[in-house]
Amino acid sequence: MRLTMHPLVCQQAVELMSDYLDGSLSRRDRRRLEKHLAACAHCSTYLDQMRATIAASGAVRPDDLDPQALDELTELFRQFRGDGDGT
Amino acid sequence: MDDAELLRRLLGGDEKAFTELVVRYNATLIRIALYYVNNQASAEDVAQDTWIAVLRGVDKFEGRSSFKTWLFRILVNRARSTGVREHRSISIDPLDHDASVAANRFDEGGAWRAAPEPFTDAIDRAVANEKIIGLVHDAIARLGEPQRAVVTLRDVEGLSTMEVAELLELSVANVRVILHRGRARVRSDVETNLQGGGS
Repeated sequence: MRLTMHPLVCQQAVELMSDYLDGSLSRRDRRRLEKHLAACAHCSTYLDQMRATIAASGAVRPDDLDPQALDELTELFRQFRGDGDGT
Repeated sequence: MDDAELLRRLLGGDEKAFTELVVRYNATLIRIALYYVNNQASAEDVAQDTWIAVLRGVDKFEGRSSFKTWLFRILVNRARSTGVREHRSISIDPLDHDASVAANRFDEGGAWRAAPEPFTDAIDRAVANEKIIGLVHDAIARLGEPQRAVVTLRDVEGLSTMEVAELLELSVANVRVILHRGRARVRSDVETNLQGGGS
């Protein structure tokens, strides 16, 4: 059995980025990826793109609500407050 | 105002607190419901049922989980039974083997042929960020299931991988794979539109 680590190529490295950012890579894969990133500017850019994508996802604002849906739900709330069980 | 404060006000009968929670979460509820049910109308009904359940149960909510997690759990339970009634079968295909990046962008040795463009270079960072947020929003909306549900819960709503797995009754390993595919697709979509749309 060979104990040396196979170096990653870019095409493999991009498949590890999501798990890397979530801290869920195995120690071995993390080391392989970090070794690759240290030497590869392109994959570092890719990783930054992935970081920006995830950060932007967290900043997505909710879609506008259909005013009719909001009216219906507000009416529902009033019924609840009025008679306690909404029926 | 955070969810806990809105919840306190809701318990006190504050209508504005209720509508604020609806504004904050209804779109996400509908989006997650679509993972289980056949169409938009069913998903809207499930979301409305969820709010009724919230109003019925809010005084019993013990705050052991976050409001968000509690809310999503109510939604998923309802959506799941509606989905069963509609005989909807959920196709979970975490083993969809699409590559994160198109194969033709790498050479025979698997190295990038050309450098990927940074997302936030050159143009003003704040403007760029706003633009990327818009593109990411649209890209998530275009995702297929289960990627859309998983990316929405994990990256938009900020639940942990474990919470997403429990909620959707998937293994943690499957959530990771689905998330990986979904994020890669969103990234690639943003890249295409940033290049195509100019700055």
